[in-house]
Amino acid sequence: MSMDPSLVAESPGAVPGGSGRTAGPGRGSTGGAGGSRSAAGRGFAKYVLAKLGGAAVSLLMVVFSAFFLFRVLGGDPVDALTRDVPTTPAERAALRERLGLDQPLSLQFVHYLQGVLTGDLGQSYQYQQPVTSLIGARLGATVLLTGTALVLAVSLGLWIGTRAGWRQGSTFDKVQVGVSLTLWSAPTFWFGMIVIMVFARYLGLFPINGMVSPYTPDAFWPQALDTLHHLVLPALTMTAVIYAQYVLVMRSSILDEKDADYLVTARAKGLRDDDVRRRHAVPNALLPTVTLVFLQLGGVVGGAILTETVFSWPGLGLLAYQALRIPDLPLLQGTFLFFSTAVILANTAADVVYRFLDPRVRHS
Amino acid sequence: MTTPPDTGTPTPAGAEALRSVRSVVRQRRKAALLRFWAGYRRQPAGVAGLIGMAVIVALALAAPVITNSAGLDVTQATGDRLQPPSAAFPLGTDETGRSVLLLTLWGARISLLVGVTATLLAMGIGTLVGIAAGHFGGWFTGLLMRVTDWFIVLPRLVLAIALAAVLGPSLTTIVVAIGVTSWPGTARLIRAQTLAVEARPYLERARALGAGHWHQMTRHVLPNVMPLVLASTTLEVASAVLAEATLSFLGLGDPARVSWGSMLSRANSSGAITFGAWWYLLTPGLAILVVVLCFTLCGRALEAVFNPRLRGR
Repeated sequence: MSMDPSLVAESPGAVPGGSGRTAGPGRGSTGGAGGSRSAAGRGFAKYVLAKLGGAAVSLLMVVFSAFFLFRVLGGDPVDALTRDVPTTPAERAALRERLGLDQPLSLQFVHYLQGVLTGDLGQSYQYQQPVTSLIGARLGATVLLTGTALVLAVSLGLWIGTRAGWRQGSTFDKVQVGVSLTLWSAPTFWFGMIVIMVFARYLGLFPINGMVSPYTPDAFWPQALDTLHHLVLPALTMTAVIYAQYVLVMRSSILDEKDADYLVTARAKGLRDDDVRRRHAVPNALLPTVTLVFLQLGGVVGGAILTETVFSWPGLGLLAYQALRIPDLPLLQGTFLFFSTAVILANTAADVVYRFLDPRVRHS
Repeated sequence: MTTPPDTGTPTPAGAEALRSVRSVVRQRRKAALLRFWAGYRRQPAGVAGLIGMAVIVALALAAPVITNSAGLDVTQATGDRLQPPSAAFPLGTDETGRSVLLLTLWGARISLLVGVTATLLAMGIGTLVGIAAGHFGGWFTGLLMRVTDWFIVLPRLVLAIALAAVLGPSLTTIVVAIGVTSWPGTARLIRAQTLAVEARPYLERARALGAGHWHQMTRHVLPNVMPLVLASTTLEVASAVLAEATLSFLGLGDPARVSWGSMLSRANSSGAITFGAWWYLLTPGLAILVVVLCFTLCGRALEAVFNPRLRGR
């Protein structure tokens, strides 16, 4: 979870001349003929293809490692299935055959691959239901929680990080860095427990857990309001813990831009300090930050697992936790595949969008 | 060279011309260390972190001396269930009547042990991969970096959970799960630094004199990337302690041993929240927070000293 300094160092602070924005697409279309533009287009297509290829390799590695982890390292599923039930050797053999475990490992892998490609992730031990439908049923709750937390954390983090970096060394800066480092150091689940104790147990302002109360009228508005009421504490917890990194990243990004020549020019033109920051520094500092934000999506997934566990929020994280308690290996494997795929796809999308947005990267 | 044999005694300040090779090296190291300390001292947050770290490590080491380990045994618990703080139990008791203060002190040992061991594992892998990827070129580096990038993108906790779940709950499991999932950041950092070192002329000279890969990597590259490894290690201990707490909380730790994460896990499952036993929640959580914060502050200060670009931030 620690910030990767090499990434920060690679941010466009190292790109000569921060004036990339002015050398944007507008100039390219006036200077060169249509030919140069289509060449850039070809480069972009090639880049997208390379990124997609990389993502495909990553996904293959995920699928392969899921198989390796859960089938090879994971022990005998028959043992896990029959743990509480006395079984005869004949019954075990029958179960083995039904699960396809009597076949050689290579053939098992082929079957598993076929299953993954057709959306069949096996049956959950504890629910006796297809893993895919379990994941589908819980997806909405996770998207609601993480979506809310991410929007809050990113917007708050970028805003506060910008202000702190712009006034580096001020009291505001020091306080914000201190708060961020402290929040980053707090375990998510502990923070959640404290929040529950204070706001739900003692103050009684919010429900302790779950997503809806059992006796809410079955109409849209009462349901929505009740869900919102339940959402406040978990969303607050997740935001508090992930927002800190965005503050630090954005602050560092702004510090990279702060002394750039184009800002001196902007000031020399007589622009107000606020305008220099908002119109010139922030757009340039935003781009490397966006990549980092996406790179840290994995951390967000971790935060979701912990927050959902503490608040019994019926999402994918709680599903993974429940699978862990059994342990329900097919379900764990399914959530592992799902989370990893989601993060890899989001990162690839971010890479492509970044390239599209940042002319400095596009033309190099 | 006509240097006199090294007597092992430090050379007097006046006799600079008659210094042996070894004493020159020693002097240079001492000067470098002093310079480093002078730089570090200018980071007030880093100094605070260092002091906090020292106090906590000392308390953890002294736990067997200053406390009686008999109190850790559930059957010999002397207090009532979830008793609020009192003179006998300054931080209250847990759900079996054991002193929370005692548990926290002993928990520090496991939490720090796991944090440090897992970090050493991660640093070992990271440094090896990073230096190899920076030193050799071609498809080998491509492969290593592909794997590294894959590990960076993957959700760490999800991977650690999967790994820990199939290995079964134990202390070793936690160390392996954290170590195996947290090396890629270091590997990238070390690779970048290795590339910078490899471009320097003295390495070319070493190559021309016939130094092998192993010699180049261990004698020239490694000493030069060590400062960065050190800074990275300190930051990594912070996140390893957090990861230990997290995995223990999820029930993947050794159930027989007390760590801060397992304390919070038990607090959660024994209904400390509904009971209102704030002392049981607050103490281990704050302990984690303080340790992680201290290590993070030290790591950031080290980074600032070693990397002039970050100085003054």
